[in-house]
Amino acid sequence: MIAARPGLVRQIVAVIHKDLLVEWRGQARLLAMGTYAVTLLLLFSFAVGPDTKTLQQHAAGYVWLALLSASTMTLTQSFRVETEAGALEALLMLPVDHRAIYFGKALANTALLVVLACLVMPVAAILFDLSAAEGLYWLLPPIVLGAAGLAGPGTLYAALTARVAAQQLMLPLLLFPLIVPALVAAVKSTSLVLQGDPMGQMSSWLIVLASFDLIFWSLSGLLFAKVVEE
Amino acid sequence: MEPPAVETSALGRRYGRRWALARVNLQVARGERLLIAGANGSGKSTLLRVLASLLAPSIGSARVFGHDVATEAGAVRERVALLTYTPGVYEDLSARENLRAQLRLLGRDDAPEALLERVGLELRDDPVRGYSAGMRKRLSFARLLMQRPGLALLDEPYGQLDPEGFKMVDGLVAELSQAGATVIMASHMVERAGALCDRGVLIDQGQVRWEGPGPQTARAWDAAHGGGR
Amino acid sequence: MKWENWVGLLGLALISVGHYQGLFVAPPEAMMGDVGRILYAHVPTAWVALVVYLVAFVAAVGSLGSGKRGWDALVESAVEVGVVLNLLLLFQGAVWAKPTWGVFWTWDPRLTTTAIMAVSFIGVLVLRAMLNRPAQRAVASAVYTIFAFVSVPVVYFSVKWWKTLHQPFSSPQTVDSPMVTPLRVAAFGMLFLAVFLMARRWRLAYAKLSREDEAPDLPPAAAAIQLEGGGS
Repeated sequence: MIAARPGLVRQIVAVIHKDLLVEWRGQARLLAMGTYAVTLLLLFSFAVGPDTKTLQQHAAGYVWLALLSASTMTLTQSFRVETEAGALEALLMLPVDHRAIYFGKALANTALLVVLACLVMPVAAILFDLSAAEGLYWLLPPIVLGAAGLAGPGTLYAALTARVAAQQLMLPLLLFPLIVPALVAAVKSTSLVLQGDPMGQMSSWLIVLASFDLIFWSLSGLLFAKVVEE
Repeated sequence: MEPPAVETSALGRRYGRRWALARVNLQVARGERLLIAGANGSGKSTLLRVLASLLAPSIGSARVFGHDVATEAGAVRERVALLTYTPGVYEDLSARENLRAQLRLLGRDDAPEALLERVGLELRDDPVRGYSAGMRKRLSFARLLMQRPGLALLDEPYGQLDPEGFKMVDGLVAELSQAGATVIMASHMVERAGALCDRGVLIDQGQVRWEGPGPQTARAWDAAHGGGR
Repeated sequence: MKWENWVGLLGLALISVGHYQGLFVAPPEAMMGDVGRILYAHVPTAWVALVVYLVAFVAAVGSLGSGKRGWDALVESAVEVGVVLNLLLLFQGAVWAKPTWGVFWTWDPRLTTTAIMAVSFIGVLVLRAMLNRPAQRAVASAVYTIFAFVSVPVVYFSVKWWKTLHQPFSSPQTVDSPMVTPLRVAAFGMLFLAVFLMARRWRLAYAKLSREDEAPDLPPAAAAIQLEGGGS
């Protein structure tokens, strides 16, 4: 029986709901990833040395590197749940728009990264004695846009490498070089919020981030269908 | 004249150098119940997956309700549901949550409870991860019923079930048939399934070697494999 | 003799002429002196590497669109030749940087982009090595090649805003005329050589893919089973 198909937006919302519910069920995992990211922050501090001035100056870099590393885990996980009992194949058999699957997953992964960032930032603030010179709310745009920059293409590369045995190795290898623009822009804009932005450069960096997100989310949405088909 | 439920023409599918299916010419009328019998590795699952449009034919063609499986996969999937050995669910969610998530994706807000009751899973609220093989099979059936397919493809429907479960499967096949669906099942249980089906085919090493009335499939099997099911 | 062999010979000849002129005939570069002569190798390598990656991009789009083996083989050969040129470019950059600025590596946008390009296109080759099923491998490497190529300008501009040190982009107008000729000659020479390499590599890739995915003959038609007493 061919029922009327719901619109794309409703499907995307349904996918997000499903992905976040699955992730919520594995809440120990999310907490573990947060702890992992925090551990990385500690490692950076030990590697660089206890000079608070240096740590404070480069804090944004450490935070984003920690988030990047943790993101490879959330991304591989988001596809492991799809392949372990054939859920993705089942999804493809339903009359669900493939783009809904991509955008739903990418948005869910973005949300997860934002949550991770919200766990990591306060810890970084304590460790590196940070304060938000431009106001706390201004941290949100770089965090959200930066998370989107990692999650968007990341979801596609995770799908690409889902059936490769060495996914843990391949995903970082594919992801890291191509998110350099997002990393640079996210770190810069976060830094400016933390340390002050006397020359008003932040908007340019946020535009870079937003453009990156736009380009790569569109490209991923276009190519996702090809990637998941057998 | 409406196209038949399934029509294949010189269908072949290979994996590398091995032909898993070859020279398959099959026609299944709407509302018919067909049994596909064959030994392990004979190509039964491959045939079902091609009909589900998950695998493209290597040569020849296959049409489901008139739609080509290679070029009109979307149209095929709207009308077909496949039951395989993987349940197609999220291990961390319960049966109810899995069904509800997929219902929501289909834009339907009917409750999954009735479906779960029908397959005997209504008392479970824990994650699928802890389910036995039999329970997973029942959940797969619930998912299939949820889709209300025009063509139901069942790959070893009796697998992992106990005699109670066998009766459930028989009942579900009858229900699907009554609702007007075409049912194609691949099964080792040639006697039980053969009694249920209008027609049967025997597949051996990817090729169809016998076609006839369902209840006679067991005899064809014996003839091909010298007894011993 | 195959067409690409002629192209290759021509390329070799042109490079020899161009480099001879660049090394011995053209005047030393105004600001850099004799070290600047590496430009006659470096600049052509950069242009041709980009062209080769462009070919890879077009091949990737073709591969996704048609699914034909020929396009997939072109993706493999173009990416491989591109990576070789890319690594050569990085080496040349380092060789030039040391006497000019005293360090082997500078974080200027062009060199940094080149490094990122190298890593990402090597990623395509690694991905191909990891996937055994031809259809899956073709799709995955094509998709990632598209991403890698689209990233080139994006990475370049973001790194440029991050740091700037490199020379202003050298095009024939900004270079003195006795230098233009050897540059152009060497550029064409490099291009022809790259085409030769890609063509040879393509033949190899195509042959390997064909052999791998060769369709054997259909098995003979199986004997039908007859049941006594009214069967089929």
